[in-house]
Amino acid sequence: MTLWLAVIVAGLLTYGQRLSFIALWGRLPMPSGMRRGLRFVPVTVLMALIVPDLFLREGALVISVGNERLLAGLSAALVAWRTRNVLVTIVAGMASLLLLKAV
Amino acid sequence: MSNARKAFFAGVRAELPILLGVVPFGLIYGITALAAGIPPVLAQAMSWIVFAGSAQFVIAQLVAGGAPALIVVVTTFVVNLRHVLYSASVAPYVQPLAARWKRLLAYLLTDEAYAVVISRFREAPEGPGKRWFFLGAGLALWATWQASTAVGIFLGASVLASWPLDFALPLTFIALAVPAVRDGAAAAAAVTAGVVVIVAAGLPHRLDLLVAAGAGAAAGLAVEAMGIRPAPEPARGERAE
Repeated sequence: MTLWLAVIVAGLLTYGQRLSFIALWGRLPMPSGMRRGLRFVPVTVLMALIVPDLFLREGALVISVGNERLLAGLSAALVAWRTRNVLVTIVAGMASLLLLKAV
Repeated sequence: MSNARKAFFAGVRAELPILLGVVPFGLIYGITALAAGIPPVLAQAMSWIVFAGSAQFVIAQLVAGGAPALIVVVTTFVVNLRHVLYSASVAPYVQPLAARWKRLLAYLLTDEAYAVVISRFREAPEGPGKRWFFLGAGLALWATWQASTAVGIFLGASVLASWPLDFALPLTFIALAVPAVRDGAAAAAAVTAGVVVIVAAGLPHRLDLLVAAGAGAAAGLAVEAMGIRPAPEPARGERAE
């Protein structure tokens, strides 16, 4: 029961976060530096989500050819840069990982 | 086909490739939530009450570790703080909409819907049918998330767990991030965010993510200020329909 309550409160807070600026835009003063900084939000948040998955193994930085996810991720980035295609990128990255795991 | 419907399906189509990464993530969430001892009904309810993949994973981890309810709530709040940034980022584009549209679209503002919607809005800030595009992308993701987590819960631990399916999501994010690096300032922002997130990896509550995003944006602004390229600000007061 407590867990249900926690989930409901967490859900309401999450919704509040998503609604925050959408609802309040124009009514709250926003510094121009922050407004200009917003254009970098997609790429910085994406990088912050990607990089730990590629470079960290159980919390430790692993930069070596033994890090299969790093190699597969870098090849996927190359494919993404060449093709700009999400589907092709996912398939290429997944194939690289399976291949690297197999050898 | 009406313009609204066309824009709606354009949103669905734009979201489709992303769904390939979302389905395995949903499956794994379902499996993980059950393994953490969360009752199946609650595990599925989380998918529409919280509706945020990474936060749901964190909740499952916390529950498995016996964390108290307050920690679950606070941690979810911190993990989801990036949604405030998303909200600020799409806000100028949805400003002309009625309040009920804003309330609906805010519910659908996930990582994956945001990435698709914001790149469309930036490419065509004056384009028609923005709210329908957003709704199409958001609902496609919502339905896929509900279905895939349900299948994961239904399957439980299975052979799927031995496949590296969790890698599909970072791959999706890579596919979204690479085209977003359009100029020197964006590249500086991306590299800084990547380095800082590693340095800050020890921070509790996934605060590393926010610190990295903030540092990256600051680096982007700094490079921009050096005159490499001015920022195209989203036009204000444009039509959004």
